[in-house]
Amino acid sequence: MPMSNVLDEIKKIARDIYETILKKQLPTISMPIRSLKNVTYDRKNGYFELVGKLKERTLTATTIKTFAQTLKMMDLSKQLISEDDIATKREAYYVSKNWGEARFNEQPESDDVMDDIEAMMMVNREQIGFIPGEHGGAVAGALTVIDRDPDTGKDIRIDCTKMGSGAYSVPSSVEHLRFETDAKFVLAIETAGMFERLNKHKYWKKAQCIIISMGGVPTRATRRFLRKLNDENKLPVYVFCDGDFYGYFNIYRTLKVGSGNAAHINKYFCVPNAKYIGITPQDIIDYKLPTHPLKEVDIKRGKDALKNDPFVQDHKEWQKAIKVQTSMKVRAEQQALAKWGLNYVMEKYLPNKLKDQKTWLP
Amino acid sequence: MAADTIAHDMAKKQRDISIAEFFTKNRHLLGFDNKKKALMTTIKEGVDNALDACEEASILPEVNVEVIEMGEDRYKVIIEDNGPGIIKAQIPKIFAKLLYGSKFHKLSQSRGQQGIGISASVMYAQLTTGRPAKITSRIHPDEPANYYELHISTQTNKPSIDKEDTVEWNKEHGTRIELDLEASYSKGNQSIDEYLKETAITNPHVTIIYTNPKAEQLIFPRVTEQMPLKAKEIKPHPYGIELGILMSMLNSTTYTTLQAFLTNEFSRVGAGTAKLICENAALLTNTKPKKMSREMTEALLKGIKNTKIIAPPTDCISPIGAELLEKGLRKEINAELYTTVTRPPEVYRGNPFVVEAGIAYGGDQQGDSSARVMRFANRVPLLYQQGACAITRSIIQTSWRGYGLSQSSGALPYGPLTIVVHIASVWVPFTSESKEAIAHYPEIMKEIKLALQECGRKLASYIKKKKRVNDEFKKRSYIEKYIPHVASALQDLLSLKDSEAEKVKHVLKDSLEMKRGRLETFAVDNPEYDEELAKIGRTGQQEEAEADPVEKKDIKDKKTKQVKQTTLGDAHE
Repeated sequence: MPMSNVLDEIKKIARDIYETILKKQLPTISMPIRSLKNVTYDRKNGYFELVGKLKERTLTATTIKTFAQTLKMMDLSKQLISEDDIATKREAYYVSKNWGEARFNEQPESDDVMDDIEAMMMVNREQIGFIPGEHGGAVAGALTVIDRDPDTGKDIRIDCTKMGSGAYSVPSSVEHLRFETDAKFVLAIETAGMFERLNKHKYWKKAQCIIISMGGVPTRATRRFLRKLNDENKLPVYVFCDGDFYGYFNIYRTLKVGSGNAAHINKYFCVPNAKYIGITPQDIIDYKLPTHPLKEVDIKRGKDALKNDPFVQDHKEWQKAIKVQTSMKVRAEQQALAKWGLNYVMEKYLPNKLKDQKTWLP
Repeated sequence: MAADTIAHDMAKKQRDISIAEFFTKNRHLLGFDNKKKALMTTIKEGVDNALDACEEASILPEVNVEVIEMGEDRYKVIIEDNGPGIIKAQIPKIFAKLLYGSKFHKLSQSRGQQGIGISASVMYAQLTTGRPAKITSRIHPDEPANYYELHISTQTNKPSIDKEDTVEWNKEHGTRIELDLEASYSKGNQSIDEYLKETAITNPHVTIIYTNPKAEQLIFPRVTEQMPLKAKEIKPHPYGIELGILMSMLNSTTYTTLQAFLTNEFSRVGAGTAKLICENAALLTNTKPKKMSREMTEALLKGIKNTKIIAPPTDCISPIGAELLEKGLRKEINAELYTTVTRPPEVYRGNPFVVEAGIAYGGDQQGDSSARVMRFANRVPLLYQQGACAITRSIIQTSWRGYGLSQSSGALPYGPLTIVVHIASVWVPFTSESKEAIAHYPEIMKEIKLALQECGRKLASYIKKKKRVNDEFKKRSYIEKYIPHVASALQDLLSLKDSEAEKVKHVLKDSLEMKRGRLETFAVDNPEYDEELAKIGRTGQQEEAEADPVEKKDIKDKKTKQVKQTTLGDAHE
């Protein structure tokens, strides 16, 4: 949605509320329910789609505070857009300290209101002027990123093979970036530690690929960045995570098909073609990896995935993996491969996995 | 034989105990333990007598009590009533002979019971100051007012007259007693002030005009012109009788057969029941009462116990009535909720009794303390020995948590409330002669608890209602807190004019309150509440003329409360 339309949309919502109040009625705002219960998965489209269940928030005694905060936040968004400015989630939280009794007490409250507005308007939060505070992923390898100088508008070329011992950092907005690459694939890595190892030994050179550290659940920008590489440069995306339910579903599934929480933007912020090549339950057995016992929360996470996750419900392979791992009652980290030598991961594990598609998960 | 045995020695020491000596040694039994209590007991006995006399003569009582400080620990007490007066010949005996009275030998609900009270005060005054009691009494406007100065002859327990005269008196009829005694006066708990105030609560037909030693005059005006039903005298019920009393009754009766004695001297004994009693006692119905031996009397008592006899009549009890009790409470305590109950009559050991209870909750009362307990027996406030009393025990044994109050185990409930319990009976079982605490008869305690539970249920629903209204108030203030933010956000978003933003505020407030108002019609429905509250205000204004500054402040508070309450009422319409 173009910026001016976003501005119009904000004003339209506000005007509806204003007119409803003048009619002596209590205004209602509605937004999609943000949960896995409100998405479906269709393998053909490849991402979670909203079913369209709406939650309505009518202005009453119990909701008036949140209602006021939502309007205040919309007003902040309007200012940001009109002045072509941005605010991080944290900054938005601090701006609210000016709102008297309507201020937020903790940042999660303001994040929640922000997510509501985003969903209500069916836009990405960057479009309403807010950016996440956290870092984007780190990138290294056979890739040249073409960015723009914010002052002159001239192209800036960034060669990701020449970052030394550092890495290129994915910016909060990636829409304007263009790529030049002769890589054969992209490897998305869960932990910064594993990324460091592969980068130090220039694994990307040997494998002729791009490596990206996600640092846990990838940010939207990192997801979009991967999607563009997949869409525009036709590069396959392989995901390398820890062998546990957090790695499978919070990280890999979110990257591949999106999340329930921000389902309205999944269409653009996921990589449906991504494949899982990381530690699988079978790997734990085949590579005799050192393990840690599954905790209560891990087992619950697995059960939840079986019961509620439309993506898992659509993939028998994942259901089987969950069942196997739950019965094994263990998990294994990426770094567990170091048992066989520090560079075993580059020399044996990754080449083996890349060769044999049967060891992957969809 | 020797006239110097130990027994002879002992005999020399044995002699009559003078009534004065007995009194001095046992003054605590009669309520003269200390100077403060002596003053209280004296006033209490005087007021009890005055009220009993007025009620027996169907006169609306107006009692004037005056306490004047005469010197260190020395006070003059004057009690004056508008009662029927006392005939000349009786005056000395009534005031200057211990154990002389009309009430001990009959069973009817009255304040005095033993005939000790006022003469004990005369005795106390005489022992501590040496001064005589000064009595004035007039029985009719056409008769002169008789004036006596009396003291008790301590050796013989007979009145001794110091002065006798007729005087000018502005009262048509009534009695006035003036005593000088050693005493001490203080305000607060267990004070004369409190005693008289509580008397006013349970005697709404009485006007009391009280001048305390600080020369402050407090007037407790009557709230009803309606005299209490006159208490009827009843004969004893067989179940309540004890061996000694039975023996003396047998001895003094004029009836010549056991059958006639039983049917005529007791209530609820007819010819059939009498025959059954005799049968169960293995005695002949024509036995001569005066010829009954101790063993035969014991057999008779057993026979009575083994015979089913219907309960005594209960119409001899005259309770205050729930409505008047509430009026009395309203007069003295500015509370939000009043609930009172009069239980149906019950019987303990052959004595009929009625329990009444009331609760005044909230308002000006302090919330961070134990409940205040007011105990009454035959309309007389009981101020001492609260812990030993069956009333206190029954309150403690009632579970108040279920009624929305907090209560530690073995303690009184906690909160802004006053609990009133009144027991009316032809014979109130006090734990001692000073009549300060009621004995723990299970029948009485059961009735007290039932009465308290009845009040408790009403209290519980009020407390719940109050909580709901409070929550509602909180919600409303919450709404009002955020309405301006909704308005200012809309103003910024839509570049509204200030007047338009103001309109948003008003309209939104109206719509939200309209919605809540509809919800609220159930939560606050106490149509009586405001009306009754206004009554308190009126009582307050009457008091205002005489009241001291502290009470004036209270009245102001009452008025503000009223205003608040009205606002609440309006909001729900």
